[in-house]
Amino acid sequence: MKTQWQGFTGGLWEEEINVRDFIQRNYTPYDGDESFLAGPTKATTELWEQVLELSKKEREAGGVLDMDTKVISTITSHGPGYLDKSKEKIVGFQTDKPFKRSLQPYGGIRMAVKACADNGYTVDPEVVETFTTHRKTHNAGVFDVYTPEIRACRSNHIITGLPDAYGRGRIIGDYRRVALYGVDRLIEDKKDQKDSTSSVMYDDVIREREELAEQIRALEELKKLGEIYGFDISQPASNVQEAIQWTYFGYLAAVKEQNGAAMSLGRTSTFLDIYAERDLANGVFTEEEIQEFIDHFIMKLRLVKFARTPEYNSLFSGDPTWVTESIGGMGVDGRSMVTKMSFRYLHTLENIGTAPEPNMTVLWSTRLPINFKRFCAKTSINTSSIQYENDDLMRVTHGDDYAIACCVSSMRIGKEMQFFGARANLAKCLLYAINGGVDEVSKKQVGPKYRPITSEYLDFDEVMEKYLDMMKWLAGVYVNALNIIHYMHDKYCYERLQMALHDKEVTRWFATGIAGLSVVADSLSAIKYAKVKTIRDENGIVVDYEVEGDFPKYGNNDDRVDQMAAKLVHTFMKYVKANHTYRDGKPTTSILTITSNVMYGKNTGATPDGRKAGVPFAPGANPMHSRDSHGAVASLASVAKLPFRDAQDGISNTFSIIPGALGKDDMVFAGDLDIDLDLENLDK
Amino acid sequence: MEIKGHIHSIESFGTVDGPGVRMVVFLKGCPMRCKYCHNPDTWLPEGGTDMSVDEIMQQYENAKSFYKTGGITVTGGEPLMQIDFVCQLFERAKSEGIHTCLDTSGVTFNRNNAVLMEKFNHLIDLTDLVMLDIKHIDPEEHLKLTAHKNDNILDFARWLDEKHTDVWIRHVVVPGITENDEYLYKLGLFIGSLSNVKALDVLPYHNMGEVKYEQLGIDYPLKGTNPLPKERAVEAKKQILRGIKKAREAKV
Repeated sequence: MKTQWQGFTGGLWEEEINVRDFIQRNYTPYDGDESFLAGPTKATTELWEQVLELSKKEREAGGVLDMDTKVISTITSHGPGYLDKSKEKIVGFQTDKPFKRSLQPYGGIRMAVKACADNGYTVDPEVVETFTTHRKTHNAGVFDVYTPEIRACRSNHIITGLPDAYGRGRIIGDYRRVALYGVDRLIEDKKDQKDSTSSVMYDDVIREREELAEQIRALEELKKLGEIYGFDISQPASNVQEAIQWTYFGYLAAVKEQNGAAMSLGRTSTFLDIYAERDLANGVFTEEEIQEFIDHFIMKLRLVKFARTPEYNSLFSGDPTWVTESIGGMGVDGRSMVTKMSFRYLHTLENIGTAPEPNMTVLWSTRLPINFKRFCAKTSINTSSIQYENDDLMRVTHGDDYAIACCVSSMRIGKEMQFFGARANLAKCLLYAINGGVDEVSKKQVGPKYRPITSEYLDFDEVMEKYLDMMKWLAGVYVNALNIIHYMHDKYCYERLQMALHDKEVTRWFATGIAGLSVVADSLSAIKYAKVKTIRDENGIVVDYEVEGDFPKYGNNDDRVDQMAAKLVHTFMKYVKANHTYRDGKPTTSILTITSNVMYGKNTGATPDGRKAGVPFAPGANPMHSRDSHGAVASLASVAKLPFRDAQDGISNTFSIIPGALGKDDMVFAGDLDIDLDLENLDK
Repeated sequence: MEIKGHIHSIESFGTVDGPGVRMVVFLKGCPMRCKYCHNPDTWLPEGGTDMSVDEIMQQYENAKSFYKTGGITVTGGEPLMQIDFVCQLFERAKSEGIHTCLDTSGVTFNRNNAVLMEKFNHLIDLTDLVMLDIKHIDPEEHLKLTAHKNDNILDFARWLDEKHTDVWIRHVVVPGITENDEYLYKLGLFIGSLSNVKALDVLPYHNMGEVKYEQLGIDYPLKGTNPLPKERAVEAKKQILRGIKKAREAKV
């Protein structure tokens, strides 16, 4: 056994690249409480103060402190960058200094130029020239191929947020492999993969061999990135500090190469805990030191930054990077995968304050240890910074070594990847069905010229029939657009480092998405259970609706409308599946517009549920604002009826509640504890 | 015979009205007129929605996976105004193994009414937990505060002790009314004389109900009374605990 692996239980993972096997044989489930945790060190606090100071300056500068305008970001493009080298236990920035955003033109030069221009910077003309004349980008490729129909759908916002001008993201490299195996072993493995491709040069074999060559090149560069910071990462990490550092280098190389819509980290905590346990047992590091490594690691993840345009930020309501880290969950053998490291990750929210990134996501199971559940609840109440996802649902499909990309997209790490597909606006699609394919805002013929509805009052059966036709059309255009996008992204903006940290054979999830689900469900319910009158403009286009009478609303645990929502998801998925998908992608869909619901609503006319033109949609699978009148459980129960099988890429529900409503004095489980009369300590 | 309940509303996500996540059923009607009442819309027995036990249980059934560690809480208004309905609801709940909690002021209790006591005896057998609101320990002050005497309420507490029914006591601290060391201590002495009290919840007065009074066109009796800061509720709780401690020491 390699010296760096001394003390670990060996197995299959020694013979092949298999991080899961390593984890399963070596991790120590922890069901104790949080009392072992250590607070921040002086260095941690000082570094974080430095970050806060820089953040303040960045805000004062209008959102961006510094940008690269000449150096194109690659894995090795920049010298080392530090906050304060003497204090940092985990190192590495995307450029040569913190808060400086890198230049990444491969997704699209126009977007890169605009991101700079909008922030007061000018990209070097030579770079622009290169990426306009000599080197094609993903964006240029896509627009060469788009059909007029796709362009019309895009500009009329029935299909929105398509990753055709920016990096698609949503791919998670198995960054843990860097720590466990060292880069040399990974290169060796990739070379072996390249040697074992088919020898008949069909298109796909040629592509595969070229991609593997790129992956090997990326891994060589990854080693150089380590050297830039003074580390030799060709060999496995030998302790927890190195394991974190090696893992982070893997991730850092990815964000130096890709400005993706979501650049998620994976599921690293339980993996790293194995090193921490070994170091604690051998007296290599103390708990304080290990917490400090994690605090510094998380601090680095918080400082991942990309050059983006104001439009991009307004689409996502912020400047999100989606550095999602998945924590906890249950193993398929029934053991909890919560370790001390799961606590340490969440504890950073106390040690260095709250932050939206990294997006700490607890894979929740009813069977998680009660102490961890309590700790999560407490941390949620104190920080409002934890995302929860249903491990009991996802484990069935993905086993116990999956992670979340972005906010809800689940995939087996290193074995599955995703083609991110933005969203189709199903609410607008309903309006197209009513108006015969004419957009209610632009008044242009966007969809097929099907017969519009001409009656004054809407008839449910008639609307439904037309809606199904229109959905079928939309699914077809949508999938075609995505096929083009992913073809071009692979060709001009290939994620070579991230894919180098995948197996040779990967499952590709072909992700689509739905916006406006609750608007459509309520609209259909209104048409069926109330009377909906159409209001038309001078050309007979329906531009508004009057609802007479009441109707069941999604979000109240009322099957009459909830089942319509569930069926809608199933039907749309059915239509998506009927299309050819690029690279045999397996279709999935998501209902997860956590932030862009505002933008989708803005671009959609009035709907038959009584929602006025321009009013925001509800986020994700949420019921429409203030229409859920039966309390939180009824609202949650409605959402829970949506079929996960049809929306395997995720269903999100944004749930806001004041901490006091979760239990008194922050005691979430007050009912478990008969309140202590504490007579002994009274007046002491 | 099946009776329908006069329901004010149902909260599907109750987290402070008993253990766990609970379905909370608010019943219409209350004979008390507590000055700080924040649910004046539940006073009148009329109005609301009539619902059968079946209908309520169906709602519970539809969301029962949320209630694994919780159950049903019946509150109001004063739920014991509809004791026959509550009995039927709890019979059904217990037959399905659901935890039952009764949130009451005990105002309708009367040990001398044999017919009523038969119902109380039946109900309490079906009740896992009583959340009992003691508004004021002093009889005169209680009358002023609630327009009702407190002797039968305190007797209800003693009777629950005799029945070995678990009780959580709740007390609202109102500036100038119950925020008084002497009264709080006396309340503690009383609670300390009971052996079935599992929890004591001391709540600071808030005026969030005031807007409902405006909507209903009723004068708000505590107009001008400021909400009690949380720290003063903590102090009040300590004073009650001192009384409890004294009473327990005396017992030993």
